[in-house]
Amino acid sequence: MAFDYDKYIRPGKLPHIWCPGCGHGIVMKGLIRAIDAVGLDKKNTAIVSGIGCASRLPGYIDCCTLHTAHGRAAAFATGVKMAKPEMDVILVGGDGDGTAIGGNHFIHACRRNINMTYIIMNNKIYGMTGGQFSPATPTGAKASTTPYGNPDPAFDIAKLAIGAGATFVARGTAYHANQIDKLIAEAIQHKGFSVVEILDDCPTTYGRRNKFRSVIEMMNVLKDIAVPVKAAEKMSPEQLQGKILTGVLYKEEKPEYTTEYAKVIERAKAAK
Amino acid sequence: MEKKLPTIEIIEKYCKGCHICVEFCPTKVLEMQGFVAAVKNLEACIKCMQCELRCPDFAIKVTP
Repeated sequence: MAFDYDKYIRPGKLPHIWCPGCGHGIVMKGLIRAIDAVGLDKKNTAIVSGIGCASRLPGYIDCCTLHTAHGRAAAFATGVKMAKPEMDVILVGGDGDGTAIGGNHFIHACRRNINMTYIIMNNKIYGMTGGQFSPATPTGAKASTTPYGNPDPAFDIAKLAIGAGATFVARGTAYHANQIDKLIAEAIQHKGFSVVEILDDCPTTYGRRNKFRSVIEMMNVLKDIAVPVKAAEKMSPEQLQGKILTGVLYKEEKPEYTTEYAKVIERAKAAK
Repeated sequence: MEKKLPTIEIIEKYCKGCHICVEFCPTKVLEMQGFVAAVKNLEACIKCMQCELRCPDFAIKVTP
């Protein structure tokens, strides 16, 4: 049976604003399937975003949604979660929003291990504002602000999240659409800060400047560079050159922030 | 026994013509007609649902 997305989409909101071939729509479908699979209550689920193409996503989904300042999704979401710890909080955003402008909020949300899920759609560029390079733009790639090639090395967002203390880190791609919902569902069910990085394509601002002739070519690159974690164990470092690992990269159990904070409140009450 | 054919509904209002469904269909069921995708060869459909999964624009609904 075909999946009924209409149940989770605000009436009259489609077609969405994303460009032809943009993977954000694929990620949104994955998120909707994950919400359905986990069985989240629409009235008890908050989807929070900052600014950017990817951050337009909450506008389409019929849950409690919050569209906030650039890069501040993690800060606002932390507020929501602290005020209503029983709520399921999902953050969405792009690579620029999450790791440059909201970089500090991102790493500190990871460090606190607050029970939320952050979906980062990494299209390697700032799409909405005109194709400026982001911290995820690969070295040598062209953007509107690096017309002669980007000299900066790129962030590995998944490693950044692991280093900062996130307790569940996964990576998928927009090409591997049937994996996205499974990764997001596992991330939602994990108790702690979960980061799901989805490698995405931006045909309009990234593809056009970097000699990708079509959306299909960009999708094929995602298909070729992705190596599942289990398959990578049997591969040599030479074979893994230029490849990107996908699947659940890191998982551990650690004390969760809202439960720890509740204990602090109890201690403070007892001290009176 | 006659094979039961699936129905592939394409919402033309939503389709932005990105070619993803046409290119990644393993049995080449779909084609572009002008700016939008259309069903060319429904007989070949193996109901893998990849077109529906990958359509970024919510424009394809496959009922197997």
